[in-house]
Amino acid sequence: MSILKQATIDAIKHNEPAILTAWMAALEQEGSLSDNRISRDEVSAQARDFLRLVVAASAQGDAADLSRNEWTESRQFLEQLSRSRALRGLDSHHTARFIFSLKRPLFDQLQKTYAKDPATLSSEVWAVSELVDLLGMHTIRAFQKSREEVIMRQQEELLELSTPVVKLWEGVLALPMIGTLDSQRTQVVMESLLQRIVETGSEIAIIDITGVPTVDTLVAQHLLKTVTAIRLMGADCIISGIRPQIAQTIVHLGLDLGGIITKANLADALALALKRSGLTVTRAG
Amino acid sequence: MDRIPILRMGDFLLVTIQVDMHDQLAMTLQDDLSAKINETSAKGVLIDISSLDVVDSFIGRMIGMISGLSSVMDAQTVVVGMQPAVAITLVELGLTLQGVSTALNVERGMQLLRERVQQQ
Repeated sequence: MSILKQATIDAIKHNEPAILTAWMAALEQEGSLSDNRISRDEVSAQARDFLRLVVAASAQGDAADLSRNEWTESRQFLEQLSRSRALRGLDSHHTARFIFSLKRPLFDQLQKTYAKDPATLSSEVWAVSELVDLLGMHTIRAFQKSREEVIMRQQEELLELSTPVVKLWEGVLALPMIGTLDSQRTQVVMESLLQRIVETGSEIAIIDITGVPTVDTLVAQHLLKTVTAIRLMGADCIISGIRPQIAQTIVHLGLDLGGIITKANLADALALALKRSGLTVTRAG
Repeated sequence: MDRIPILRMGDFLLVTIQVDMHDQLAMTLQDDLSAKINETSAKGVLIDISSLDVVDSFIGRMIGMISGLSSVMDAQTVVVGMQPAVAITLVELGLTLQGVSTALNVERGMQLLRERVQQQ
């Protein structure tokens, strides 16, 4: 239904420089060009390429259905554009404005072309408007998808980052836990700690929970599981970094941490670990 | 039918599980081990499960039972070399093997056994 008239397409094609100038002026006016994260030259190159792609595609097919093959190139171009903007941290508003500010220059051009034919003018304005809206929507969708990908990647990185197993001494490993303990994280933590115990042959592992904001029954259960697994492997486990509030919570909840050695801070835990390994620390001289 | 060999090292018995444990094998091991402890009057048993990478609840329980029967026959038992995956599985199955001594490897396990026997 929304096939653009050949006259419209020709008008856009022949007046490309004028439309681009007007488009850039509109972008300038709303301040999209003064952002230092994206250069003016880049925006103008993107505008030119985009306009050519849209003209080429709308000459071939239906302007109301972006899922058709003719629009593949335009779609890919927009996805690429959204992704590059999302990665640079530009917001969705900025990205959408890039597409929507094309409307005004196109309408002005149509007005000039169909000055003597109001009926065709209104139908063509509608068709063009619909096309730009669809393109804009597609851009936003792609933008959001790219942002979600960024968030997903960051989450994964965070998961990896937050479970470092460090060697404190020969035969003593420590795992400083930071952030909330959920089932998924406990699994990762447990696996990496057990793996390191096997690799290094360490007899004592210290889990420091100073960075764990809250301890509830679930967290306690996860800790118990980890400690039991470590014991099954033949190593000992000390839990350190029990803050006063957490100690109170544990007692109030009636959690049984029996059989687990707990220490108030990492220093105490290390002292115990050294003592168990038969080592003493003395002041030199 | 294949059997798991039980080796004698002085006062101790060494059991190295090199193949995947199936139920019948575990039952046979239990019988063989109790007979061997009786025969040699061993003071300690060391079970090396470092090559075992698949366990189920039955095998988990068998390990506990072997350890229990050894201590009834006055032999200390140490299970050594449990793989991380096996440890996680046992914990998830709720088998915490209370009362079973563990060590990281055979060397440490032997040391632990000697200490235990000397204490007696």
